[in-house]
Amino acid sequence: MWEYTDKVLDHFKNPRNVGAIENPDGVGEVGSLACGDALKLTFKLDKDERISDAKFQTFGCASAIASSSAITEIIKGMTIDEAAAVTNQDIADFLGGLPEQKMHCSVMGREALEVAIANYRTGETSKKILEGKVVCTCFGVTEEEIEKVVREGTLTTVEQVTNYCKAGGGCGGCKRDIEAIIERLRKEREAASRKKMPRKMSNLEKIRLIEETMEREIRPALQRDGGDLELVDVVGDRVIISFRGMCAQCKVAPFTMKDVVEAKLKEFVSESISVEEEKV
Amino acid sequence: MKNVYLDNNATTPVAPEVTEAMLPFFNELWGNPSSMHHFGGQVKKHLDEAREQVAALINAEPSEIVFTGCGSESDNMAIRGSMDAADEDTGLITTRVEHPAVLGPCRMLREQGVRLIELGVDSAGQLDLAELRRALAEGPAIVSIMWANNETGVVFPMEEIAGTVKEAGCVLHTDAIQAVGKIPINVKKTPLDMLSMAGHKLHAPKGIGSLYVRKGTKLETFLIGGHQENGRRAGTENVPYIVGLGKACELAREKMSEEITRVGAMRDKLEIGLLESCPDTIVNGDRKNRLPNTANISFQYIEGESILFHLSDLGIAASSGSACTSGSLEPSHVIRAMGVPFTSAHGSIRFSLSRYNTEEDVDHVLQHMPAIVTKLRSISPFC
Repeated sequence: MWEYTDKVLDHFKNPRNVGAIENPDGVGEVGSLACGDALKLTFKLDKDERISDAKFQTFGCASAIASSSAITEIIKGMTIDEAAAVTNQDIADFLGGLPEQKMHCSVMGREALEVAIANYRTGETSKKILEGKVVCTCFGVTEEEIEKVVREGTLTTVEQVTNYCKAGGGCGGCKRDIEAIIERLRKEREAASRKKMPRKMSNLEKIRLIEETMEREIRPALQRDGGDLELVDVVGDRVIISFRGMCAQCKVAPFTMKDVVEAKLKEFVSESISVEEEKV
Repeated sequence: MKNVYLDNNATTPVAPEVTEAMLPFFNELWGNPSSMHHFGGQVKKHLDEAREQVAALINAEPSEIVFTGCGSESDNMAIRGSMDAADEDTGLITTRVEHPAVLGPCRMLREQGVRLIELGVDSAGQLDLAELRRALAEGPAIVSIMWANNETGVVFPMEEIAGTVKEAGCVLHTDAIQAVGKIPINVKKTPLDMLSMAGHKLHAPKGIGSLYVRKGTKLETFLIGGHQENGRRAGTENVPYIVGLGKACELAREKMSEEITRVGAMRDKLEIGLLESCPDTIVNGDRKNRLPNTANISFQYIEGESILFHLSDLGIAASSGSACTSGSLEPSHVIRAMGVPFTSAHGSIRFSLSRYNTEEDVDHVLQHMPAIVTKLRSISPFC
């Protein structure tokens, strides 16, 4: 059985704002019976253009119903611009978290809200229409939608993408395409962060980036050979590390230090980084 | 709160008689049955007795019973072991609605280059025997077809299947894990070669299974390194659990008619009651050829996990073939293979009873289910 928070169970068992508003200002419909979940969201604005009422109807599992209930509670009292900034993570946070495999329920909430806002602003259809290239034909998920969840959640694996937007969860035929999208966005992120780096970066940001780089680019390679390293300190651009496991006794550790650790940190953090081993 | 357990196709409570039969084999009769001394000798006769009890339930010879660690092991042993013993050009035939313990090894063998044919089912979950004959015509094969389906309870015509497979000179294994103990099985009348069963589906504990292997069946040993089970499976025998399985089989034989009549009547009352009190509900599976204990019902326009959570609040345990409960994003492969429309696939609920259920259990569900369905439909955008 899923591990739901008390708040998820509360919103599932006692859903708030069930129904459909008559003469709504915005309507958003996403999902279908075939997909296993569907949500219709309606809202009404007051004269100050704030959302005075929001209602939902949902077909789906406990977390889909709870996410729908949550979104109506979140957006009540918001301006349209504020509502447009609500993310799926906001919905998950409001509920005290969702199981990773159920994150797509929060994404469905955010999507319905987007469609409803577009419907209000442009008067266009209240139904989600697939635009652009459909990557996952089983669940009708477009490239743009996949890019969006990858960007918002900084997702790194196909499994995560499936958890967030269902793409890849049917026949699995699109998994390679999803991998390619993740890889492309990862490169974009890295290019962007490299560009940003020479500009001001707080010490905290720098340490975080060093840690991330070590985690992603360096440690897996060392661990494959039974070694490891640990970040000891960062003093300005001097990064002090300590080798562990096989690396600690390795004769070529000094080369690993320059050719792998320092090279990667220069590539992903800053050109001016230098790495040294902790002196015991 | 009242506790109503209607998920007996997932697992069953251990019968008190079974627990009682097992207990001496922990602290009193704990010898190794292979030992020459009296510690072992005392135990050996109980092992033999259990083998007789299991054999009697399916009318087999005791020497044809191999004890295993679980139903999945039995399935793996049968499929992979007979494949290893078969000629090189031997293929595999199975169905799309098998349990993963059968589909898994079959598909793994396909990856290794074995020809695999998966037979489809119709909307009632039944096989087309003509399709089986066509598949058999494609060359020698090991055939693995379940006796009864775990999700819908649909019972395949095993006598006809066995006759057809034997006529073609092929090997037949059946996963009878859901059927054993619920409907009569007679391997003397049904010419199959191997049959899997699992203790925990018939009121024995988890961690014990058995494979019936007809005398003369070619089967490579899967677990090597000991003479136990006539060299068919190495490893010191799990005596307490084997004794438990034996007792459970003896009980099942005694209670078979009750299983069919009283349990069957409760299932029918539940099913008919739900169809009458909840509109837009459909029974999944062939109602004529079905296990007496299983009802698989689709509640349209609502989703299975939501239903299960509400049932759970009332102390009622059932299961669902919906995507959300399977941990995947698609409804169960059985429901999909039957072509059940998506409008009802996600809202399928399986109620599976046992002889430990009562009329009050059924009444409790009938009393509360309509309100759950109404509540979820009031939230659904499709109603």
